[in-house]
Amino acid sequence: MSTTKSHWSKDKPLYLDYQATTPTDPRVVEKMLPFFSERFGNPHSRTHHYGWDAEDVVEEARAKIASLIGASPKEIIFTSGATESNNLALQGVGRFYKDRKNHIITCVTEHKCVLDTCRHLEQEGFDVTYLPVQENGLIELGKLAEAMTDKTLMVSIMAVNNEIGVIQPIKEIGAMCRERGIFFHTDAAQAAGKIPIDVDDMNIDLMSISGHKLYGPMGIGVLYVRRRPRVRLVAMINGGGQERGMRSGTLPTPLCVGIGEACAIAQKEMGAEAERLKMLRDRFHAGIDARLSEVYLNGDLEHRIPGNLNLSFAYVEGEGLMMGVNDLAVSSGSACTSASLEPSYVLRALGVEEELAHTSLRIGLGRFTTEEEVDYAVEKIATEVTRLREMSPLWDMAQEGIDIKSIEWADH
Amino acid sequence: MAYSDKLLDHYENPRNVGILDKEDGGVGTGLVGAPACGDVMKLQIKVSEDGIIEDAKFKTFGCGSAIASSSLVTEWVKGKSLDEAAEIKNTDIAQELALPPVKIHCSVLAEDAIKAAISDYRTKNESKSEAAE
Repeated sequence: MSTTKSHWSKDKPLYLDYQATTPTDPRVVEKMLPFFSERFGNPHSRTHHYGWDAEDVVEEARAKIASLIGASPKEIIFTSGATESNNLALQGVGRFYKDRKNHIITCVTEHKCVLDTCRHLEQEGFDVTYLPVQENGLIELGKLAEAMTDKTLMVSIMAVNNEIGVIQPIKEIGAMCRERGIFFHTDAAQAAGKIPIDVDDMNIDLMSISGHKLYGPMGIGVLYVRRRPRVRLVAMINGGGQERGMRSGTLPTPLCVGIGEACAIAQKEMGAEAERLKMLRDRFHAGIDARLSEVYLNGDLEHRIPGNLNLSFAYVEGEGLMMGVNDLAVSSGSACTSASLEPSYVLRALGVEEELAHTSLRIGLGRFTTEEEVDYAVEKIATEVTRLREMSPLWDMAQEGIDIKSIEWADH
Repeated sequence: MAYSDKLLDHYENPRNVGILDKEDGGVGTGLVGAPACGDVMKLQIKVSEDGIIEDAKFKTFGCGSAIASSSLVTEWVKGKSLDEAAEIKNTDIAQELALPPVKIHCSVLAEDAIKAAISDYRTKNESKSEAAE
């Protein structure tokens, strides 16, 4: 991409956490700015130029988003982000059709906002099936088919996992749902703008998108809601009836313009950018493999977005490693980072042993990542893993040929 | 989460990383924690004839706080008698390194590691004195 420019200034950590958030593209910021000041109108004001102007640009943004996913602009509902979109899809559709069908199928590696919403729906009387995943992080279509009944209202399976970057077989899932008259919702927060998505081709009925995961602003997202065949839902936020009654509240014009522009850029540059990222990702992976043994990739390599690596560095605890590479901004599946002491539930669902789950790093590459940054990070991680392994009693045991599992460890 | 300078210093320049010969009668070895919990500490002490800890080494798999806690206790136990070393409390470690509340378990583990090493040394030497009788 011609505009690639590193954000790395060496007085700040090198950002390699693009699955957590992405910086807003400067081209997006530029488009947004006038709508904070001189063009500040309320897009719902019908009586003057300020309102008409804002409405025009909001509708342009809606069209750009629709174009990215092969939808009609009328099917785009603005929300505050993917968490709200996921809530609205599950709760809204669930409550509308509850009397007829009350079964929802999702999967154990979904984002917390899907899993937590499903838990709440269970308390309201819904049955929820949580599909397991295979070792590579993908669901088995046979298990999905088995779980489907005549009470199944909706299947909600994420397009791309936020921790391990694996791409679920969305098109196949969509076809299975359509055939049986089941709604298909997908959380595409990590997928939109990264991989091609076509809601008609993939038979997607509802889809969540987040602004800040695709180089747009934080605080805005989208729920795609299919019109033909029509999907109906009960709104969660009531008021002036904006967004076809599905989500009231004044639209934030600058944010709408921002996510729209972000989608337009993604649509234009996705192909070349994916290739560039894949090259960087492979360079990263090969660089690590050349310098270190016993490094394991979590999640399928082939069915994976180009900007994600999730690696377990056996015998080195993830948080300890992050402290050593503190000039890299990455995240870890080790739990020590969070208040609980359980390692990542996503890695556990893949069957990754707890001791390996504790040693994982998620490395997210993105639009502003350069080759120089990749080389720097590889060197840094390899050096630190080597240092920490020399300090690790588990590494010593492994070198002596002692099986760590043969030892009776005390729980603490 | 901001870590104290002392903690970072122990993490970046850990003291007494290494291994003592566990077959040596004067060496006590403590291995505590579990890989599945994300912390394993191995602490070894070498005790002189007159019961003073003259050397200590550690190896730790864990977060920075766990590494720093083990490094610190190897410094603290050196020159102490076994009874004195057994009195080191996790709260002393936590205070010295200014561990944040979520990291207190690291200091608990370090205290356990000292106790385990002392106990290993005592068990070894009891059985030896029994065998001699």
